[in-house]
Amino acid sequence: MELDPLLLSRIQFAFVVSFHAIFPVFTIGLASYIACLEGLYYKTGNKDWERLSKFWIQVFAVVFGMGVVSGIVMAFQFGTNWSNFAYTAANFLGPVLSYEVVTAFFLEAAFLGVLLFGRDKVPQGIHFFAACMVALGTFISSFWILSANSWMHTPAGVEVRDGLYYVASWSEAIFNASLWPRFFHMALASFLTGGFVVAGVSAWYLLRKRDVELHGRALSMTLWLLLFIAPAQVVVGDLHGLNTFENQPTKVAAMEGNWETSSGVPLLLFAIPDQENQTNHFEIAVPKLASFILTHDWDGEVPGLNEVPVDEQPPVAIVFWAFRIMIAIGMAMVAVAVTGLFMRRGKRYLTAPWFLNTLRLMAVTPFIAVLAGWFVTELGRAPWLIYEQFSHADGLTPSLTGGMALFTLIGYILVYAMIFSAGLYYLMRVLRTGAEQHDYGYDKSGKRPKRPLSVADADWEEDDETRSKWNTTAQDLADEQGAR
Amino acid sequence: MVEPVFDLVYIWAGIIAFGVIMYVLMDGFDLGLGMLFPFAPDEDARDVMMNSIAPVWDGNETWLILGGTGLLAAFPLVYAVFLPALYIGVFLLLAGLIFRGVAFEFRFKAKSSRYLWNWSFTIGSTVAAFAQGAVVGAYIEGFETQNMQYVGGAFDWLTPFTVLTGLGLVAGYALLGATWLIMKSEGYIQAWAYKITPWLLLAVLVVFALISVWTPIIDPFVADRWFGGVSLIWILPILALLCAYRIFSSVRQKRNGTPFLATMGMFIFTYLGLLASKFPYVVPPSYTLWDASSAHESQLFLLIGLLFVIPFVLAYTAWTYWVFRGKVKAGEGYH
Repeated sequence: MELDPLLLSRIQFAFVVSFHAIFPVFTIGLASYIACLEGLYYKTGNKDWERLSKFWIQVFAVVFGMGVVSGIVMAFQFGTNWSNFAYTAANFLGPVLSYEVVTAFFLEAAFLGVLLFGRDKVPQGIHFFAACMVALGTFISSFWILSANSWMHTPAGVEVRDGLYYVASWSEAIFNASLWPRFFHMALASFLTGGFVVAGVSAWYLLRKRDVELHGRALSMTLWLLLFIAPAQVVVGDLHGLNTFENQPTKVAAMEGNWETSSGVPLLLFAIPDQENQTNHFEIAVPKLASFILTHDWDGEVPGLNEVPVDEQPPVAIVFWAFRIMIAIGMAMVAVAVTGLFMRRGKRYLTAPWFLNTLRLMAVTPFIAVLAGWFVTELGRAPWLIYEQFSHADGLTPSLTGGMALFTLIGYILVYAMIFSAGLYYLMRVLRTGAEQHDYGYDKSGKRPKRPLSVADADWEEDDETRSKWNTTAQDLADEQGAR
Repeated sequence: MVEPVFDLVYIWAGIIAFGVIMYVLMDGFDLGLGMLFPFAPDEDARDVMMNSIAPVWDGNETWLILGGTGLLAAFPLVYAVFLPALYIGVFLLLAGLIFRGVAFEFRFKAKSSRYLWNWSFTIGSTVAAFAQGAVVGAYIEGFETQNMQYVGGAFDWLTPFTVLTGLGLVAGYALLGATWLIMKSEGYIQAWAYKITPWLLLAVLVVFALISVWTPIIDPFVADRWFGGVSLIWILPILALLCAYRIFSSVRQKRNGTPFLATMGMFIFTYLGLLASKFPYVVPPSYTLWDASSAHESQLFLLIGLLFVIPFVLAYTAWTYWVFRGKVKAGEGYH
């Protein structure tokens, strides 16, 4: 069998970019949370905020590290596997990606060093400032990368001469039609990811009755945040969908599983799209609802997949189902966030095991939703790299053979599998270890809290070495020994 | 299209050259420390070595990303020929940088598995340094191109000559790492760094001498440039050798910062010599800076932003080095 470098390169890009995406989407939200905690500490001087911030910075450091190393790969993918694309679109992509490096990456990297290692070396206000700069950097970075990405969906401000793109208007190209919906959709997604992870981890501590006061405080903050941004994401997501409907109707047709242009189109709750026969099986539908959502008219006309030739259709089944996964998770997030509000009466959100367990499980869902969303938008553009202008096949590196592409694909899978499993392992260790205890809260023997900080402190145990600083409960030690 | 009133190609060549040497010097000592890691006297010394670069390595590596995107912006042909031509080598470089990069976080978190991340750090650093050196060799040897595209094979970049340049950069980075450690450590760790520096310098000089003899033999263009008559560029290797002597003498005098500064000087003059050998070819043997250049308006658009932003980048980068100045004490804390 002949190895197809195009297919292998597409799989490789999907793999490396999906792997990369899960880290920044988390760190963007978490960076803002840490900046917020540092700000509260700076303003109030309350050491609990510092403890909470120190704990989440540990998590942040591991995740950000993986994001950085997988991000470097992305900077070179365009050249190694898609050199024709890189060369053709360099006049726009080059400056935009370079702006990302000089306005965001340097800012993040430099101030991250101070945030992680500089707490005792700079004044507290400067440390807070460093946290803000890291958070700011993550947003600037997403602006530029989403501008480049959006331009590939809704190209503007350029003209093609001798097969190369030239920029005629920088403002039209950078602020292209789909940038702002995509940016706000992604920014909210990042906050939701950070929020649900913080909520899930806090819930886990509350279930185990460790450091209840501290993590209860974190959970309360986060639930307030989620209460506003989960519904906001529904609104912004809808605006993004309408924007896509206007600019890339074929993608929306794939999302809706709508093969024929028609009016009064039903909203499919379930279907098995059959690309070969250009139809769906086992449809369960709400009549006319898709027309209403997209055109605000029950009998509005919605373009179908038949508007483009069959070989220019995206892979419908994946787009259709990825879209439904994203929507379902979004709805679950709204439900959980609203439930959190009702649970405030009598502070049940801190104690009800079913609620805490739900939050714990919800912590993984944002990652699934974000990946599903990116699969919708990226595969929904197929077979185009630059929408309706430049295809995947046009962009491939001419000298690339199937063997070379297979070698690096396997290589990246192996490398990332090792890194990811190790990263998860160390993250779990950070979580098991928990937040650092106060230095001042203990008497000289280091054995007993002077005042009850939390329930968990009661069975806080000390052994001679590294663990002396950490809050490791007897229960945890027993668990660990049991696991061995 | 309006003809540009001034040519930005020289300016952009300068910016890219500046970015590359910033990367080589700054990530060079990081990677160098990684390669010296297994030879360190003990685990405490390794802690000090890692702590001396932990706050800054990420920023140092960012210069490499700027090199990549900057080439895409200003000289896209270089980006679109080098990366396909060096496909396998680029993968090795990136894999090396991945293992090196995660080692910082994971090693501090690991207990019984710590040795794994020591090796991850060392092997990652060594592979990355070797791959970068091989890129330099491949650049000197040139690329098989047709119609602005690379048309050679997957392993054209791997030749005896590129293996030698790869080893050269491994030795060079190790020297940068050793002299950096002299500056950042004290006691027995510093004594060890003093001890290994002359040997690393010797290795660098031997490899560089071989490369200097070999290059004009395989490349008549370079031979003509250096030996076609009396030339101002002869001063570059002389200055590089003076720096080498200064490394040697300052180590004997047990100077603190001078060995590192002199090593940086040696790198800079060698690098300028390399640039002078090939100028104006960026994709040898066929394409010059002007062939490889992007549209004038793209170069201008980015240049305006860079002139504004880069001073800030340099300022806060310098500030972080200042925050973490001085000797790294054994057992000094991690976050």
